[in-house]
Amino acid sequence: MRRIGLWGVVGTAILVIVGGLIAYVWIPHTQRDPNESMFAAWCRAWGVPTSWLTSAPVAPQPSSDVVLDHRLLGKPTAYDVGHGATLALRCTMCHGPTGISYANSPNLAGQYAAVVYKQLRDYKSGIRANAIMTPMASNLSETDMRQLAFYYASLPRPQAAHLSAAVPAIVKWGAPMRNIAPCGSCHGDVDHTQASPWLGGEPESYIRTELIAFASGARTNDINAQMRNMAHGLSPNEIEEAAAYYAGTHP
Amino acid sequence: MLNARRLILAHFWVAFAGFVLALFLGEWQMIVRSPLHSWADHPELYYRSVTAHGSEMAYVFPTLVAMGFGYAICVTALQRPLVGLKTAWFAFWLVVVGTVLAVVTVASGHASVLYTFYPPLVGHAGYYVGIVLVVVGSWIWVALLTVNLRAWRRDNPGAKVPLAMFANVAGAYLWAWTAVGAALEILLQILPVAFHLRTTIDAGLARVLFSWTLHAIVYFWLVPTYIAYYAIVPRAIGGRLYSDNMARLSFALFLVFAMPIGIHHLFTDPMVGSGLKVMHTFFTAMVTVPTFLTIFTICASVEIASRLRGGRGAFGWVKALPWGNPAMLALVFSFVMLGLGGAGGLINMSYQLNSTIHNTQWVTGHFHLIFGGAIVIMYFVIAYDLWPQLTGRALGSLQLVRLQLWLWFIGMLTVTLPWHLAGLFSMPRRMAYFDYSSAALAPDAWTVTVSVIGGALLVASGVLFVYILAAAHFGARIKEEPYRFSVALHEHEPVPAALNGFAVWFSLMIALTLVNYGFPIWQLMQLKTTTAVPAVYVGGGE
Repeated sequence: MRRIGLWGVVGTAILVIVGGLIAYVWIPHTQRDPNESMFAAWCRAWGVPTSWLTSAPVAPQPSSDVVLDHRLLGKPTAYDVGHGATLALRCTMCHGPTGISYANSPNLAGQYAAVVYKQLRDYKSGIRANAIMTPMASNLSETDMRQLAFYYASLPRPQAAHLSAAVPAIVKWGAPMRNIAPCGSCHGDVDHTQASPWLGGEPESYIRTELIAFASGARTNDINAQMRNMAHGLSPNEIEEAAAYYAGTHP
Repeated sequence: MLNARRLILAHFWVAFAGFVLALFLGEWQMIVRSPLHSWADHPELYYRSVTAHGSEMAYVFPTLVAMGFGYAICVTALQRPLVGLKTAWFAFWLVVVGTVLAVVTVASGHASVLYTFYPPLVGHAGYYVGIVLVVVGSWIWVALLTVNLRAWRRDNPGAKVPLAMFANVAGAYLWAWTAVGAALEILLQILPVAFHLRTTIDAGLARVLFSWTLHAIVYFWLVPTYIAYYAIVPRAIGGRLYSDNMARLSFALFLVFAMPIGIHHLFTDPMVGSGLKVMHTFFTAMVTVPTFLTIFTICASVEIASRLRGGRGAFGWVKALPWGNPAMLALVFSFVMLGLGGAGGLINMSYQLNSTIHNTQWVTGHFHLIFGGAIVIMYFVIAYDLWPQLTGRALGSLQLVRLQLWLWFIGMLTVTLPWHLAGLFSMPRRMAYFDYSSAALAPDAWTVTVSVIGGALLVASGVLFVYILAAAHFGARIKEEPYRFSVALHEHEPVPAALNGFAVWFSLMIALTLVNYGFPIWQLMQLKTTTAVPAVYVGGGE
């Protein structure tokens, strides 16, 4: 007991050495992949990333080339919004002079800037295709797209007309057993996640069309196939319910 | 209690008031998730509640109990007034302000990130700043204990530090070093994002840093309980502590082995190497050593009490124990829960078995059983034992005290055993609702209902606890006697120098942290630019 301090240090050192030999040498050695060198197996036990062992970098495979950064999350200048308004004159035919469509095109008033920007980028790069929007977006510059996004985000959002009493289960709770998150957890009413559009007050036919396009795989510009995975498992009835709910028409 | 009576009472009352409020939140969560109630309309409300419940129960409540009890030990064991009383009040108010700030932020729905933060989720900065204030307040407490011990040593050169104070300071040092991981995570990673200075966060590095705190914090919660085992129970039941040196060794070993083991929380995380996970398995297993030392020493101490009361035979002495004594009753309840929880913990900590229960309701059951059960039931004992000293009045009815302890014990088992079972059926944790109409989930529904009933018992017990303490303020006045801790069987046995100080154990703790955390943290910092992901801001959603 008198030398307990010394025993403490020696005992701990033995533990570290024996434990280390088992964890970093013996187990990696006995459980080694036959195609792997011993050195690589030891490195893996330490957690050394593969990129440190191989010279060839692993090529990234982005599902969209859009990178959302702070420039879209910060506050725009008055100039950005004003110039965006001028550019938006070309959009009024379908999306309405105040960002509210009278043609069943999406309402853009009050839409998150990140959403409008991303869709314009995807139209321009061809990841999302539309006979009208693709040529409209092809000549827009990076700044144009950002300013358009800021302009639409600055407009007052259309009033959502739905009643809280009639929220469909798919919007409120999703379908946990089919791994479908509630629509509301990303698109408003419950919560919002970055770059997910606000759906309240969008035209019913637009929501329906896009959900069907995601479900069939015709539309593919959702990062990590998030929407395709959701829409794929929806029943036709749930698509109708969600579209009607967000459009504000009661089914 | 010399000059710190009001200070200690303030700590305990804030701790216990918050504790009871958080109990109600816990029970509400159980109800809305059970088949007895329709789902919470907004899952966000559920997570808001979980965040508040976890932050209060894991950060504020045990920290305040440890601080209050720590000051009480400081003045009673060292038998001198507390040095730095004003600073201690300042630290207390820091904790209170931090708590209010965090709770308001969470309650307004701006930080439903759960108390373990889970980056890349990022909530409002107010929540993190509040938690930092709580931690800073507790660091001041650590400094004050050091100052007080040093002052005592100066006046008593070469004397044996009283066991309770030795353990108290060991717990404080453990906490000081443990909290560094989460502090680094908040200050360097989360806060810059919460303040919108950065938009990406390295979730892997953040999780490794948090794991530094995440497991050792449990031992910080545990230290007051162990002090109660060693320094209160033997005296309260009329016995003697079997070995003072064995007790010191247990606390010293906790200091060493509590730290380098946190990666067993990250067994399924890909950014940590498998060898490192094996190392952390070994070191987690080492925690059983001080645990078994404690169980042996305390059982021996209890046997001494029984034999002094006339207990005979190999097992007959168990009958002669003072079963009506709340400290005895709580000790047995605590050991039963520690035994069950500890056995479950062996599964959690082994790299191979962990995958069967990882992220299931089993884990929730485990930490409620250990912390809410084995640890908190001894916090009750600490409060009951100190209360006459603090208030100068007797506790009302011992029968009520026993009822409260029984309710807590039965309630905690009723909550957590079904959770363990549900976890084995792979019911996930952190779920706002379950679809019991599914044929796959329907057979598990009853386990959640049973836990709701257990939760109701816990709420009743918690309310009763606060009632007993509040009523005692109006109880019969008693003659003041100096507060005593347990006396060891061989009280004048010499103590080895290493067990009268912390130098060896504190150095080992830091060395093992370097061995078991140095490489992964360094390596993840090298990778930072390529592994950061966009932060996901929560709260304030429309």
